[in-house]
Amino acid sequence: MAEFSLPKNSKIQPGKHYPAKGAKKPRTFRIYRWSPDDGQNPRIDTYEVDMAACGPMVLDALLKIKNEIDPTLTLRRSCREGICGSCAMNIDGTNTLACICAIDKVAKGDVKIYPLPHMPVVKDLVPDLTHFYAQFASIKPWMRTQSATPDRERLQSPEDRKKLDGLYECILCACCSTSCPSYWWNGDKYLGPAILLQAYRWIVDSRDEDTGARLDDLEDPFKLYRCHTIMNCARTCPKGLNPAKAIAEIKKLMVERRSS
Amino acid sequence: MESYKIQQHKYDVIVVGAGGAGLRATFGLAEKGLKAACITKVFPTRSHTVAAQGGIAAALGNMGEDDWRFHFYDTVKGGDWLGDQDAIEYMCREAIPSIYELEHYGVPFSRTEEGRIYQRPFGGMTTHYGKGTAQRTCAAADRTGHAILHTLYQQALAHDAEFFVEYFAIDLIFDDEGVCRGVLALDMNEGTLHLFRGQAVVLATGGYGRAYFSATSAHTCTGDGGGMVLRAGLALQDLEFVQFHPTGIYGAGCLITEGVRGEGGYLTNAKGERFMERYAPSAKDLASRDVVSRAITIEIREGRGVGEHKDHAFLNLMHLGPEVIHERLPGIAESARIFAGVDVTKEPIPILPTVHYNMGGIPTNYHGEVVQKKGDDVDAVVPGLFAIGEAACVSVHGGNRLGSNSLLDLVVFGRAVSHRCAELIKPGTAHKDLPASALDKALARFDSLRHADGELPTAKIRLDMQRTMQTDAAVFRTGETLKEGCDKIDAVHASFKHVRVSDRSMVWNSDLIETLELANLLDQAVGTMHSAEQRPESRGAHAREDFPDRNDAEWMKHTLVKVDENGKTSFDYRPVHMYTLTDEVEVVPPKKRVY
Repeated sequence: MAEFSLPKNSKIQPGKHYPAKGAKKPRTFRIYRWSPDDGQNPRIDTYEVDMAACGPMVLDALLKIKNEIDPTLTLRRSCREGICGSCAMNIDGTNTLACICAIDKVAKGDVKIYPLPHMPVVKDLVPDLTHFYAQFASIKPWMRTQSATPDRERLQSPEDRKKLDGLYECILCACCSTSCPSYWWNGDKYLGPAILLQAYRWIVDSRDEDTGARLDDLEDPFKLYRCHTIMNCARTCPKGLNPAKAIAEIKKLMVERRSS
Repeated sequence: MESYKIQQHKYDVIVVGAGGAGLRATFGLAEKGLKAACITKVFPTRSHTVAAQGGIAAALGNMGEDDWRFHFYDTVKGGDWLGDQDAIEYMCREAIPSIYELEHYGVPFSRTEEGRIYQRPFGGMTTHYGKGTAQRTCAAADRTGHAILHTLYQQALAHDAEFFVEYFAIDLIFDDEGVCRGVLALDMNEGTLHLFRGQAVVLATGGYGRAYFSATSAHTCTGDGGGMVLRAGLALQDLEFVQFHPTGIYGAGCLITEGVRGEGGYLTNAKGERFMERYAPSAKDLASRDVVSRAITIEIREGRGVGEHKDHAFLNLMHLGPEVIHERLPGIAESARIFAGVDVTKEPIPILPTVHYNMGGIPTNYHGEVVQKKGDDVDAVVPGLFAIGEAACVSVHGGNRLGSNSLLDLVVFGRAVSHRCAELIKPGTAHKDLPASALDKALARFDSLRHADGELPTAKIRLDMQRTMQTDAAVFRTGETLKEGCDKIDAVHASFKHVRVSDRSMVWNSDLIETLELANLLDQAVGTMHSAEQRPESRGAHAREDFPDRNDAEWMKHTLVKVDENGKTSFDYRPVHMYTLTDEVEVVPPKKRVY
């Protein structure tokens, strides 16, 4: 029988409160905390940050907390301009990149920050993405050709190149996959929107010569067909991409080749 | 000291860093049948190569006449005659096969009507030795670094390369004869220590832009390779040459590619004047970066800056039209909207010169082998140690790097190092035993920082360092400000002994990692400030107001700086290589640099 109550050690407890004394424009951040080292349950720590002395993005606030209030707060970050995909997290209920999420665009009230949902947590806001990366490798995401390599570049028309737009820009931040209920449920076998978008990027590349095998690999009740067009992926993608559309295109190709 | 259990791993070659250079080396080594491990503190596609925008230079001639010799000349001149001309020849010639290789791997380059790789003009890139404008910079819209980094990671997957992701390299391990034998690293996820043994260690750890307060560099650009090399008692080269990119977004510091100007964008001051015409009558907005950054700084200083505080300039691209912007510059349109609140089809972008690139670094030859000066031998190879990419100083960029030459540097020398290792190392060679004491120093340092219990949080010391560098090692420098800067940065360095690490856990202890990174940054900040102080001339990005001219008679030489554990610097010099590898191209003798 299914277990309806969460295990004891997963229940989130109230945590510490860090007031901002003398702040001109205080804003409250409620942040998920958990460390594997101390044997404690996860908790929500509350930090008040003075917006008068803070940059505009959620990442600015997180780093201000880390630098000035609590150096133990743990998160991934690198480029701070929305291209590396490190700081993906759940902010006010939506998966996005902290570095390009403006604090004043977050709905009024406390800013609630959690790690990407439904992933094992390593610590605080750092999820374990090992399985996600392994799924990426499983689609063999590299150019596969049989014909002889030319001396110069392979030719590709601007029209064919255009087909890669909206696909190659993916930064593998995992916002989409971890927003997908189907991926939450069957993430062990369903590839999820990010990886399927990557798969389609190679299927549609005019230079790649292994389309048949790529489609064969995806012809599977779980890998591809667990997409139920819920569309959370397209709604949440911080780069404005549409993984659901890429998945639909793959499904269309499957139908076409079956009926031809 | 706590006793640490250390796991040992044996490989033919260890690569540290998984940006463009590290990845190209890693699968290149695998291709040659060498067993390679790549250890990296971030997942490969998070590396800062991902943020490169404008493109990668190679004289393919897809969009007009070109020749790699023109590229060679431009690079020598761009570097203000501090670049080694043998290495520059190697890079510019190998550029062409290296780019075709990238295309074959699947990089989604933009295309010409004929289906060839699209190439755009870039600063300092000319034809016929300065006479015409070259279209040499191969682009994937304005996301070329992203496109290349992801493709290289995919190739690494295709070659089944071994990665140790989120492992932080602590220190290099040498034997008693001064041969590099491996690297000690911390697995951030498990909190365990690992000794990676290799016949060679390749440092591909990137630059140290975060020594400054405002940089286009990512938070992770902390020069970890350079820090390890200095702690090993070896010298770094030409640290005084720090590139300021002319167009960082005012306030946020995020990069706006030079490709904007390549596509026809231009700079204006408060009077709406296209001021670059006065500073570089021929190349105008496409002069090299040091020239443009100085011009903007002078405009601001003379009261012609824009905005409430007259402290920045405008980059205009409205006239290009929405189609060109959408097709060629979509990424910066997005960045300008997010970080400056600007619609680039209607308004100019507020910009300011921002720290962007370290021309200096770990000295190497064109094979990627680390070199030092030993007695009379000015090119003495350090056995077992290689460096590539921004971490290295080959030196192909001399005193100032040309835009789109750094992605090129990554792939050309990433490739070169795998060739060299294949020549030198027989796969599966047994590893020599290390003396039991080989790890002592590295472990003691790690342990002391892990338990550091002073009164200064890491972030406080880091901010002191960044502010000092920003103020005193800026676009323009004088003897007086540099001297003051040296005193201040020395004091910041000394304060590190009072550092406090608050996080005492072992798993993903980012407080500890940031402290280890700060140690690396601090040594290089000290090296940079002191190197700048001792060079009394202006060359490339090093502009001394008290010595406005280049002094080839005395200073056409590379600075070598060592920084000891107390932050004390010592200097030596290596001559610039004024010779080429072959007779296919002639040495460019120094002359006045005019754009």
